[in-house]
Amino acid sequence: MNSFFERRYVIAGIFITIIIVLLARLFYIQIIDDKYAIYANSNVRRPVIHNPARGPILDRNGKVLVENVPYYDITVTPNLVKPFDTVDFCKLLGIDRAEFNKRWTKAVKYNFSQSSIFEKQLSATTYASIQERLSEFTGFLSSTRYLRSYPDSVAAQFLGYIGEVTDRDMKRSNGYYHPGDFIGVTGVEKSYEPVLRGQRGVEIQMVDSRGRPKGKYANGLYDTAQVAGQRLTSSLDLNIQLLGEKLMKNKLGSIVAIEPSTGEILCYVSSPTYDPNLMVGRERGNNAAKLYQNVYDPFLVRPIQARYPPGSSFKPLSALIALQEGIITPQTSYYCPGYYQAGNRRIPCNNGEAHGLVNLSSAVAKSCNGYFSMVFQKIMDREGGKQTENTFADWRANVGKFGLGTKLGLDMPGESRGNVPTPLYYDNIYKRGGWRSSTIVSLAIGQGELLATPLQLANIECTIANRGFYYKPHLIKAIGAQNIIKKEYTERNYVGIDSSYFKPVIAGMQAVVEDGTAIRSKIPGIIMCGKTGTAQNPHGEAHSVFVAFAPRDNPKIAIAVVVENSGEGAHWAAPIASFIVEKYLKGSISTRESGIAVDYFANANRLPDTTFYLHHAPKKVRGITPKKLKADSVSKIQKSAGNKNKKTTSQFIAAINKKNDE
Amino acid sequence: MNNQRSFFFNVDWVIVFIYLALCTIGWFNIHAAVFDERHPGMLSLDTNYGKQFLYIVIGILVGIVILLLETRFITALVPAFYGITLLLLILVLVHGRNVGGNQAWISIGGGFRLQPSEFAKFTACLLLARYLSGPNIKVTEPRSFAIAGAIIGFPMLLIMLQPDVGSTLVFLSLIFVLYREGLSPYFLIIGALFIALFVTAILYNPLYVILVITAIAALIMYLFKRNKRLVVTMLTGLAICVVFVLSVKFIYNKVLQPHQKVRIDIILGIKSDLRGKGYNLNQSKIAIGSGKLWGKGYLKGTQTKYSFVPEQSTDFIFCTVGEEWGFAGSVVVIGLYLFLVLRIIMIAERQRSPFTRIYGYGAASVIFFHVMINIGMTIGLVPVIGIPLPLVSYGGSSLISFTILIFVLLKLDSNRMGIV
Repeated sequence: MNSFFERRYVIAGIFITIIIVLLARLFYIQIIDDKYAIYANSNVRRPVIHNPARGPILDRNGKVLVENVPYYDITVTPNLVKPFDTVDFCKLLGIDRAEFNKRWTKAVKYNFSQSSIFEKQLSATTYASIQERLSEFTGFLSSTRYLRSYPDSVAAQFLGYIGEVTDRDMKRSNGYYHPGDFIGVTGVEKSYEPVLRGQRGVEIQMVDSRGRPKGKYANGLYDTAQVAGQRLTSSLDLNIQLLGEKLMKNKLGSIVAIEPSTGEILCYVSSPTYDPNLMVGRERGNNAAKLYQNVYDPFLVRPIQARYPPGSSFKPLSALIALQEGIITPQTSYYCPGYYQAGNRRIPCNNGEAHGLVNLSSAVAKSCNGYFSMVFQKIMDREGGKQTENTFADWRANVGKFGLGTKLGLDMPGESRGNVPTPLYYDNIYKRGGWRSSTIVSLAIGQGELLATPLQLANIECTIANRGFYYKPHLIKAIGAQNIIKKEYTERNYVGIDSSYFKPVIAGMQAVVEDGTAIRSKIPGIIMCGKTGTAQNPHGEAHSVFVAFAPRDNPKIAIAVVVENSGEGAHWAAPIASFIVEKYLKGSISTRESGIAVDYFANANRLPDTTFYLHHAPKKVRGITPKKLKADSVSKIQKSAGNKNKKTTSQFIAAINKKNDE
Repeated sequence: MNNQRSFFFNVDWVIVFIYLALCTIGWFNIHAAVFDERHPGMLSLDTNYGKQFLYIVIGILVGIVILLLETRFITALVPAFYGITLLLLILVLVHGRNVGGNQAWISIGGGFRLQPSEFAKFTACLLLARYLSGPNIKVTEPRSFAIAGAIIGFPMLLIMLQPDVGSTLVFLSLIFVLYREGLSPYFLIIGALFIALFVTAILYNPLYVILVITAIAALIMYLFKRNKRLVVTMLTGLAICVVFVLSVKFIYNKVLQPHQKVRIDIILGIKSDLRGKGYNLNQSKIAIGSGKLWGKGYLKGTQTKYSFVPEQSTDFIFCTVGEEWGFAGSVVVIGLYLFLVLRIIMIAERQRSPFTRIYGYGAASVIFFHVMINIGMTIGLVPVIGIPLPLVSYGGSSLISFTILIFVLLKLDSNRMGIV
């Protein structure tokens, strides 16, 4: 004991105070401040994403249209590499020493203890020769990756293509997509994206301070398994699709063929087309740019995006509506002097030919403009010459039931609705009450403001073939291994025409092929019912149009063919349609009485003059644009720049760790 | 009285218990910090935790031996112990192994190394106690104070030459011993004042700091203007403070090493360099902060296990405690230390012999200073200074020197009824 005894309390007090400060600080960083826990998680948890293989797409007979082909990347982890025969290795990969050194330096710079790609996208055959010997080179490994591949290079516009996601895609997906992911951009790849892509698997990996994996987080409790993309069975028939693309080579236009009893689209040709394989792999950007510059626009999906005046192919529909409305009977006849006088307008028949006395069937067979103009005027004027507004609205509604002027709801993006003018449209031009049946009489023969897509034309033929109803046309027949069929595709859509009215019209259409305008396209042994069309348009020569279904009884195929700027329907569209129909029904094409042959049509070049076509080119539809292409390449550059940043950061941390001074 | 029986009854078993508890906590946390699936055994000598176990065993044996020694043996050899450590400190400067920039280790074969500075703390305490407990020695006398200062200063100087800033600073904690023995409290106040001035002068414009302290001094002088002596003292003190504040920038920029400067900058929040110089501290805070209330559980800590935290089994061992055992575990560990230190003070005060009392205060101060700096550094209260957490950090020299420090006190205490 001495006189400074009480100082023990001072010292103890100082000690206790300091300890309380330490505890308060600990309380703050451990309990109040949450940010450290968040930092800790971002330190050690690294989500590793496993992208499943995209679903393959088959044709209706199970033949592959798109599949995933494995490509092999050779990766290297520098710190695992043991001394090896470099010359031998270079020979194996087919690179020279300088290239080897370049890549090696790059890999070392990227990260000494992490793997990076050494050789990219080796095909299976090249890889096979390397595979066996790769194990001799410790530190070099192979990794597999899947790319889309199109064995028959067919149906590009149907299949579409995939591309890296854009910022907009990422925003709209609510965070599903990450930079560098692939997404369907057009075609079926786009419309069935969620089915095809499958479910991404996320594995949460633990990593140490140098980014080396240290096993699964929480034993994989929070990991999600990847689910492979589902298989799609399309309704296309590869055989006639290939034939169609061959026939449409060097022509603009499209072919749409539908199975009337199901609504399944058998043939979906858009010409000009392109090899879908061009949109895959390293040259994708360049190829896409070239295709985009093509003035005939291979990216335009003509079956659903091009709009043509139906021309005379519209006449059967015109007749059906008149029959249903009770305006005419099959026996109603008309004397054709070679033209039709509507008010002060004179509608000439084709080539000014005078058909004489025609009834419904023969008017269809001979494509008498006069007869249908007469019928149309009768419909319009049934409530008096000044009441056209109401009667036109009725007529428009009836046409609409066939799917004209509306979207048919095809399972593809970018469908156009065509055009059926509204009464308001004419009011705006001629002012209200200022237009009469004679003003709009050209609608009777599928001209005027009437515009339809080839799909709509084919759908009308389905309806006629079915005698009064159609199934929603679709391109994907079944989804997944269980072949799920959407319910909407099994429902009949009635167009409001009694089935009895079809008989005379079909008879007329049969006559078109038997001894009418399309006689040259008659198929031996098959009764085909069709209608030619010569669609006058402001883009130059008339479009050659042909619509048909076959056989007459119990039809198996309905078809619409448009060959742009090629004149009469009978000359180009009808023969092409007949080949498709015959190939589909018989499996082969027989020699024709008329002497027409596939080769002639396949080799013919009907491309319009570039300068002229450019001037009147159809409007570009949304899809690929130069802006998008640019964005694509920009995102790639950004991605590689991002990698670079990552590189330096991890290097930096590694360097710091090494130092760890004191 | 039966000698043997009374001896064991006289040992302070509370401290022995705390000692064993802290050693065990240390051993488990070192295991967690460097846990490696390839060496799951806790006793393998290839690993830090295996070695630490060995050190603990040696430590306990050393403790038992100390308890069995004659008290006189210890007290008589005090100057010799001090001399030997001084020699070792000189030897280490000549023949030492340089690890991480500090020439602090002497190889003693078998892959083991000795760190003399760890033992210097113990021997300095002993010699200080021996000197101050001598007859007619008063710290208040300048001569005694100078000699006491020299006893502390010699080993400090030698350690500073290594240079090991952390261990050097530990000796400053002995100011508490001098205070207890009668040193003027102004030394403590002035010390605290200078630290405060140093920090504020770095953080703020020195001119403002001078203005503020001048204003405070003026106020005090105005209130006590009758007291002439106080006014004179205040004016002198003010002048010294102003000079000090003005020289802070110079000390800071020219005297301190660049890495020390950066560490001070980071702790004061002047600089934030999370990937570079601030990486260690930031990762340390992340590890501790992510422990939350109950921690992540034994061997479940990710920040320490995956080597985000540097020096995780030695200086930053507290990160493992904070991460795996959370705030609860941290309170237990810090509580044990506080209890240990207060218990040592209690023991010191119950001595009849001033030697033991002074030595006890020395031990308490050294242990407390280590705890304060080490834990303070891991949570960002103190600049990063590399000194171990007593009994918990990995390291044989440190563990055994603290064992000796504590068990010598226990031995002296057990003999408190006898005559020294």
